[in-house]
Amino acid sequence: MSSRSVFLARSQPMRLVIALPFLWLGVFFLLPLGLVLGIALGTNSPDSVPPVELGVDLASFRLLFTDDLYLAAWLSSLRIAAISTAVTLLLGYPMAYAIARAAPRRRPLLLMLVMLPFWTSFLIRIYAWMGLLSENGILNQVLRGSGLVADPGTILGTEWAIYLGIVYAYLPFMVLPLYAALEKLDWSLLEAASDLGARPSTAFLTVTLPLSLPGIVAGCLLVFIPAVGEFVIPDLLGGTQTLMIGKVLWDEFFTNSDWPLASAVAICLLVLLVGPILLFQRQQQRSLERRS
Amino acid sequence: MGEPIVKIVGVTKRFGAVEAVANVDLEIARGELFALLGGSGCGKTTLLRLLAGFERPDRGRILIDGQDMTGVPPHLRPINMMFQSYALFPHLDVAGNVAYGLKREGVARPEIATRVAEALALVKLDGLGTRRPSQLSGGQRQRVALARALVKRPKLLLLDEPLAALDRKLREDTRFELVRLQEQLGVTFVIVTHDQPEAMSMASRLAVMNAGRIVQTGTPHELYERPATRFVAGFIGIANILQTAPGRWLALRPEKIALSADRPATERAIAGTVVEVGYEGDRSLYRIALADGSTMRVAQTNVARARESAFKRGDNVWLGWSDDAGQVLHE
Amino acid sequence: MSGRVGVAATVLAFGYAFLYLPIALVIAYSFNESRLVTVWAGFSLKWWKALLQNEAMLDAAWLSLRIALVSATFATLLGLAAGYVLARVPRFRGRTLFAGLVVAPMVMPEVVMGISMLLLFVGSDRLLGGPERGFLTITIAHVTFSLTFVAIVVQARLADFDRSLEEAAMDLGATPWTTFLTVTLPMIAPALASGWLLAFTLSLDDLILTQFVAGAQSQTLPMRVYSSVRLGVDPQINVLATIVVAIAAGALVTSAWLTRKRD
Repeated sequence: MSSRSVFLARSQPMRLVIALPFLWLGVFFLLPLGLVLGIALGTNSPDSVPPVELGVDLASFRLLFTDDLYLAAWLSSLRIAAISTAVTLLLGYPMAYAIARAAPRRRPLLLMLVMLPFWTSFLIRIYAWMGLLSENGILNQVLRGSGLVADPGTILGTEWAIYLGIVYAYLPFMVLPLYAALEKLDWSLLEAASDLGARPSTAFLTVTLPLSLPGIVAGCLLVFIPAVGEFVIPDLLGGTQTLMIGKVLWDEFFTNSDWPLASAVAICLLVLLVGPILLFQRQQQRSLERRS
Repeated sequence: MGEPIVKIVGVTKRFGAVEAVANVDLEIARGELFALLGGSGCGKTTLLRLLAGFERPDRGRILIDGQDMTGVPPHLRPINMMFQSYALFPHLDVAGNVAYGLKREGVARPEIATRVAEALALVKLDGLGTRRPSQLSGGQRQRVALARALVKRPKLLLLDEPLAALDRKLREDTRFELVRLQEQLGVTFVIVTHDQPEAMSMASRLAVMNAGRIVQTGTPHELYERPATRFVAGFIGIANILQTAPGRWLALRPEKIALSADRPATERAIAGTVVEVGYEGDRSLYRIALADGSTMRVAQTNVARARESAFKRGDNVWLGWSDDAGQVLHE
Repeated sequence: MSGRVGVAATVLAFGYAFLYLPIALVIAYSFNESRLVTVWAGFSLKWWKALLQNEAMLDAAWLSLRIALVSATFATLLGLAAGYVLARVPRFRGRTLFAGLVVAPMVMPEVVMGISMLLLFVGSDRLLGGPERGFLTITIAHVTFSLTFVAIVVQARLADFDRSLEEAAMDLGATPWTTFLTVTLPMIAPALASGWLLAFTLSLDDLILTQFVAGAQSQTLPMRVYSSVRLGVDPQINVLATIVVAIAAGALVTSAWLTRKRD
C-alpha cells in the first residue's frame, strides 16, 4: 500500500535492520544446510578427523533407499506421525471448541492451563510417562487393580507408548491454532444455519468445520512436522524395536559416527517435509497479512 | 485569492495499475475551510496523504506556502493531520498526546505545559489532561486529536473524515464547532469527507473528486446550482437530468419544480402521474411518471399541517418550472 | 442447554486430567521415601536434599541459565528486527527468501538443524580455528532457532496495531527513529517481553540441538537430565521437575496478573 515503506527500505538504518537477521540466518541456518548436502555426498572414513572424505558419491543415499531397515524406519516414522496427528486432532478439537465457547472471562485461564505444560520441560513431561507406563507403573497397577486386565503387559517400549508420548507432548500445539480459528468464528452463523433448517450436526459440518479449516491445517502441520523427525519420544518411550528416522539419524551420527549417512538421512527428511513446511509458511504469512 | 497556501501541480499517484490520483491541479487559499468530497475510492484520502507526506507523488509537485514539499518527509512539513481513527497514543495520557508534537520541536517544558493547557481549553477539555484515551468518549477523543494537531500551530490542518466516527446528533454539533474554531484561529483547514451535506454546510469552497480526478471546484452554492457535469449534478443533492438534445442535458433540482393539479402558467409545464410519495415531515418527495415512460422527482414543502402530503399516489398532476430553473450541461 | 455445558465440561475435565495427571504424579513422587517410582513408601525430603547437593546437576543448571539469558536477549534483538521488517517493509530485494528463512527454523526437524550446525562449527574450526564448542556455539544455535518465535510474536503484534499511530507521530514531527522509540516500541513491549520469555524457555529446555553443538566439557541441564533418565527413573529428576513446574506456573500467573493490571 504505502510507498513510504519502500522509501524506508532504502534508508541506511533500515538496510542494517534488514541485513542483521538476514546475515545471521544466512550464516547459521542456510549455509549449514548446504554443508549437510556436501557431507552427505562424501564417504565415511572412520580413521580421519572429522570422519569424512569429501567427494561426490551417492552411496549413502543408495543405502537409504535399498536397505530394508531404513525403509522400515521411514515408513514407521510417517505412520506414527500421521496416526498421532489424527489422534491429537480428535482430542484437541473438542477442547479448543469448549474453550472458545466458554464465557469470555474464563477463556484466558482455560487457555493458560493448556499452555502451562508447554512452558515446563519437554524432557520432563516425557519422563513423567516412563514411570506411568513401566512394568509395575501406575497405569498397570490401576489396570490390574480394576480386575479388567489380568496381565496388561508392558506398554513402555512399544509403539503405543510413542503414540501416547506424541499426543501428550504436542497437544498444546494443536489446541492453540484451533482455538485461534474457533474464537474468531461468528457464532450467529450457526444460528443462521439452524434457522435455515440445518440440524446441529449438519451446521457443524457445513459451517464450523470449513471455517476452522485454517486452524486444523496449522495445528496438524505443527504436530506432524516435528513428530516425523522426533527423537526424544521414541528414544525414551519406544525402546529398541521401534524405529523412527530421527533416532536413526542420531544413532548413525553419535553411535556409528557415520556422518555422510546421517547427513543423507537429514537431507531426505528435509525433502520429505519440504511440502508440509512450505504449506505451513504460506499459511502463516497469509494469516498475518490478512490481519494487517 | 492572493498567494495560495497549497499549490498542487499535475500530481499523479499510482498503486500498481490503479491511478489513485490522476494529474490533479489544485490551489487552496490561506484561511479557507476547503473540503475534498467524493465517494469511497475516489482518491480524496490519497490526495490528503500526499499533502501530509505519507505518500510520494509519481509525478507533479506540491507547494506549501510557496515551498516545494514534494520530497520532504512528513515530520518536516508545517502541516498536521487529524486521523480518521484519531490515532491517539494509547500509552500516553491526554496531556502526553497533546504535548507529543511540541516535545519533538524541542519546546521548553514550561511552555509546553502552557500551550497544552491552552489547547485543551480551546477544545473544552480542561482538566482531563491525566485521562487515558481509553477512558474518553468518542466525542472527547475527537477533540483530543484536534487539540494535538492544533497545538503545533500548523500552516495547514488536514482532517480525514473528522466526523465519521461520531453519532448523528454529536456530528451536527461538532460540524459548527469545527467551523467556529477555524474562523477563530484562521488556520487553513482541508477536510476530506464522503458526506455531501457535511461538506456543503462547512466548507467555504470544495472540490468534487471522481476516479482520481477533480471534477469541479467551487463554493457550495456554485456546485449545487451550477454543476459542471452530470456526475456533479447527481452527486450533490438530487437532480433530474433531462436530455434536451444530443450531447446536451438539463439538470433540474426537485425543489425548483412546482406541482399543481391544474396546468400552471410557468414557461415549462408537463403532465404526469404520482407513483410514489416519500413523506419526510418538512417536505414530501414525489416520484412522477411522465407520458414518455421516464420519471421525475419533485420536492414540495409541506406548508399546511392538516394533511400529510398535498398529493397521493395515482393523482394526475402538472409539473411546472421556469426557463432559468435548470442548468444546461454538455457532459 | 445445560446438557451441552455438561459435555463441554466433561471434555475439558478429561483433557486437563490427561495433561496434568502425569505431572502431578511426578511431583508427588519427588516426596517419596522409596527410590522406586512405583511404590509409595511415605513422605520424605531426602531426594530434595540429594538434588541440592548434586554438584554436577547444579553446574549444569547454572550453565543452562547463563546460556538462556544471553541467547534469549540476542534472539529478542534479532527477532525484533526480523519481525519489524516482515510487518513493515513490504518490498525489498530478497524478501521472499528473508520471510522463508525467518519462519523455517520453527518447523525444521531439530535433528536436521542440529547436524547442520555442528557441521558448520566443525568446518569453521578447520578453516578459522574456532569457535571452541561450548557456551558460544550452544548460544549461537539457540539464538538461531528461537529468534523465529520472537519474530512471529512481534510481527503478529505489529500487524494488529493501527498503522496511523506511527503516521500520527511522524505528522507531529517525530523522525522515523523517534517514532520507533516513542510509539512503536512502547506498543509492542508486551509482545517483546513474552517473546523473550519464550526464547528463554526454549533455550533452557533444548536437548537435541545442544547435544549436537556442545563440546565434551559443557553439559547443560537437559543433557544431564537426559543421560540420567536414559538409565531409568530417578527421584532427583522428580524433584527437578517439581521445581521447573513451580517456576513455570509462577511465571505464567505473574504475567497473567500483570496483563490484567495493565487493562
